[in-house]
Amino acid sequence: MRFSALKILKEALTGHKGWQPMWRDPVPQAEYDYVIVGGGGHGLATAYYLAKEFGQARIAVLEKGYLGGGNVGRNTTIIRSNYLLDGNEPFYEFSLKLWEGLEQDFNFNAMVSQRGILNLIHTDAARDAATRRGNAMLLNGADAELLTRDQVRAMYPWLNFDNARFPIKGGLLQRRGGTVRHDAVAWGYARGADMRGVDLIQNCEVTGLRIEGGRIRGVDTTRGHIGARKVGVAVAGSSGKVMSYAGMRLPIESHVLQAFVSEGLKPFIDGVMTFGAGHFYVSQSDKGGLVFGGDIDGYNSYAQRGNLPVIEDVIEGGMALMPAIGRARLLRTWGGIMDMSMDGSPIIDKTHVDGLYFNGGWCYGGFKATPASGWCFAHLLARDEPHKTAAAYRFDRFLRGAMIDEKGQGAQPNLH
Amino acid sequence: MIINHPILGPRDAAEFVYLGDAALINRPDGMTASVETFHDYLYLRDNPAGEHRELWYHEQGDRSWLVVTRNTVTHEITKVELARDVARAQGRSK
Repeated sequence: MRFSALKILKEALTGHKGWQPMWRDPVPQAEYDYVIVGGGGHGLATAYYLAKEFGQARIAVLEKGYLGGGNVGRNTTIIRSNYLLDGNEPFYEFSLKLWEGLEQDFNFNAMVSQRGILNLIHTDAARDAATRRGNAMLLNGADAELLTRDQVRAMYPWLNFDNARFPIKGGLLQRRGGTVRHDAVAWGYARGADMRGVDLIQNCEVTGLRIEGGRIRGVDTTRGHIGARKVGVAVAGSSGKVMSYAGMRLPIESHVLQAFVSEGLKPFIDGVMTFGAGHFYVSQSDKGGLVFGGDIDGYNSYAQRGNLPVIEDVIEGGMALMPAIGRARLLRTWGGIMDMSMDGSPIIDKTHVDGLYFNGGWCYGGFKATPASGWCFAHLLARDEPHKTAAAYRFDRFLRGAMIDEKGQGAQPNLH
Repeated sequence: MIINHPILGPRDAAEFVYLGDAALINRPDGMTASVETFHDYLYLRDNPAGEHRELWYHEQGDRSWLVVTRNTVTHEITKVELARDVARAQGRSK
């Protein structure tokens, strides 16, 4: 369905009876060339780019619930490319460039807002690290600016600059970072894929992978068997479950991450900000709510809800940074299931089964990666070789000792 | 979550540090195991949705290691053992 000002006017005058569904609700066919398991952001983007950029046809996306009902509808909507390591930064910069052209590309308003992301600096060592990170970003064609304390004060005069333990000494600013209307990303990709003939099949849970002679033949689902020449799995927190159908154990644990929204307040945070001393990040939505989060709970979970100690910890971080929010009330908290990889970086790779491909391990950073993840996964599916920006995201990096440990924390999922 | 410590009784899970799957007790012999065996031990996980036996360390308490049997879908804890007892029952000396 297409939208226009004329159409809105016509519908307003005729009782809004002419609106059509945004995408078809097709019956699964017996066989496809490509079956994408998972109708979230990454799966939908993969199908969209497979059809649009790689000219492929006979594609289906299988979703166990409804489109965009998983983490793409549960995140804190931040986009950025402020990474340090060579394995990561070109990929995330590619993703940010795709975000910048996304709305024109799929002709849908995703409210991409490049309002800037500011990482605060609290110590001399942190300034050194931020300088290094900023230089790495610049070398990879991203933008980065090191701000002094006074420059940060000009942006956010009400921050707690003189906190005795964690005084604010500056910041690393990426002006091209920002936020996006997360649900609209799923909807835009879904509509774009549907318009190019991709079958989006909802309420269709994959219950098994049909493998014969080391080659994928299709998937068993709650709506029957569906044959496939190639199967791409992009199911985030359910990665371990789906890949176990192929006998695989993954370098991934599923953890719960909580997020928070306050009551609506008048505009006072116009960008995205991260507290470098604790783990706390915040932006203000267009409706006025403060959208914020912090660490994962830290234990294996599939529950999509967390526990109170982490809520307390996150809000303590917020209060340390900006005491002004002390009287704001918390409106909602929720949890999503993160596919936490061992080194904190993702995997986009083939598997030991011919025609079976995996995309996962996004930890709590999958949203910003959505366009590039879809593009690179489509590249791998269509051409059987990794996209150049995702070449490091391989299963065997743990065996080779080539981990991409952005935080330098070691191979332990709940430390990333 | 409340972890019912076998010695100290019910304790808040916030007093503990989480390590992961209790299968980590079964570390391969470093002198004989292959690189692939150690890779699998270090990096690969079953990651089940449902019952999960896992290692928790009572850092803010008596510094014991526990094996907690917990449901990862409901967070319900059904069994708590001292990791020492579990390891010894598997034939380890300590």
